[in-house]
Amino acid sequence: MSDTPESKLSETLTVELVKQFRLQWEPAQDSFVLLYPEGMVQLPGSAGEIMKRVDGSKTVPQIIADLETAFPGADLRQDVTDFLEAAYAKGWIRQQES
Amino acid sequence: MQKAGSDSKKVNGPLWVNAEITYKCPLHCVFCYNPVDYDTFGPELTTEEWLKTFREARELGAVQLGLSGGEPLMRDDVEIMVAETSKMGYYVNLITSGIGLTEKRIAAFKEGGLGQIQLSFQDSTKELNDFLSSTRTFDLKSKVAKLIKEYEYPMVLNVVLHRLNIDHIEEILNMAEAMGAEHVELANSQYYAWAMENRKYLMPSRPQLERAEEITNRFRERVGKKMKVYYIVPDYYADRPKACMNGWATTFLNVCADGLALPCHEARMLPGLEFPNVRDHDVSWIWQESPGFTAYRGDDWMQEPCKSCPEKTKDFGGCRCQAFMLTGDATNADPVCDKSPHHHIVTEQVELAQQPQPPAAEVKPIILFRDDKNSRKLAARDAAESKPRDSTTPVA
Repeated sequence: MSDTPESKLSETLTVELVKQFRLQWEPAQDSFVLLYPEGMVQLPGSAGEIMKRVDGSKTVPQIIADLETAFPGADLRQDVTDFLEAAYAKGWIRQQES
Repeated sequence: MQKAGSDSKKVNGPLWVNAEITYKCPLHCVFCYNPVDYDTFGPELTTEEWLKTFREARELGAVQLGLSGGEPLMRDDVEIMVAETSKMGYYVNLITSGIGLTEKRIAAFKEGGLGQIQLSFQDSTKELNDFLSSTRTFDLKSKVAKLIKEYEYPMVLNVVLHRLNIDHIEEILNMAEAMGAEHVELANSQYYAWAMENRKYLMPSRPQLERAEEITNRFRERVGKKMKVYYIVPDYYADRPKACMNGWATTFLNVCADGLALPCHEARMLPGLEFPNVRDHDVSWIWQESPGFTAYRGDDWMQEPCKSCPEKTKDFGGCRCQAFMLTGDATNADPVCDKSPHHHIVTEQVELAQQPQPPAAEVKPIILFRDDKNSRKLAARDAAESKPRDSTTPVA
């Protein structure tokens, strides 16, 4: 039975795209897009910047640190965490015990 | 306001290309959406012609590619298409009955970068499956489903529902679960092409639809997030039309086996429109400028009640082909809409579906299977008529 409450992302596990999802830059849309069977989500601006760091090698804190280096001066923790939680809830990304 | 003929307004390219790479098919499904006269079409595009078409559409920004048919695996160059189009940056979807999907082929598709395989099933019980597809394929499909899992593809199952199988929905769902399906689309047949010819045998009754929905909802509760289940009723039962193709020539490009380019699967039937062939034109001209693609783009073509309807930006007046088939004029509102003066045409059909129908065994000898012989007959019938298709016209 799957009536367990929505679990939160772990801080220690790396984050990766769920298998059938693919992220790519689309010049025609001037945006990153997430492709999956018969569908597409546009990830403009910061959404694309976050998702392109979801590569299976970084944990959530590492993604935040990486973004704060790329965009200095901004406190991104809350926004990035919120976005990744939403992406997790939508089934775009996952975490695995290594 | 843009003046007609102004070229300053850039039209976004298609996002989704559906390639009906062949109309050959080992099945003979009574609800097939392929054109009924497919057997009279010219030769199939070559591998090179397909790749050129895919390249041109990709340059316009298309990201999703469907390889369908007919049964796409009837061609032996699908491996090349998968590998080349994946390299171009497409997300490639193979839409197959599973017949012809050997381990060797699936290994090549995986290697080539295929994104997903969508497997169609006609029913969960062997007897009815074989009746509805007219071949003995059920065991084979179960094997294919296993292969798909072994090669770590998401298991996407597409089951067309209709009057003759909808009462088996619980068995269908249980079968999908047993096969490890992650996505199940239970889509009631919509009434185009072969399904239009067989409409009176295929349209479920209201109690059938309600029961099926109830069972689907209970199933969803039980399996939770493990499976996504879509359940789609025939649009005849709705009072607002579907936003067909997300609007004419806004998103979707269909290329037929003979190279004809269409804004939807069915548009070839529309009279007075000349659709371009990818052999003669590049996809950019086809999409941006060809008269067939610009005909119903936007809303300049609309009549009342669509023209002044606040919902026209949401449903685009529904389906042009359905408007044509049921009212004889593609610029009318889709008669599924209860604002349409032709809505009674739809409700009359729905009322007919509430009446008792003969059992499947009696329907089998009279229902029209999709095969080459019937295709030629229907083509001859339609050539002799200039009025809209009427499913009650007997095949000579």
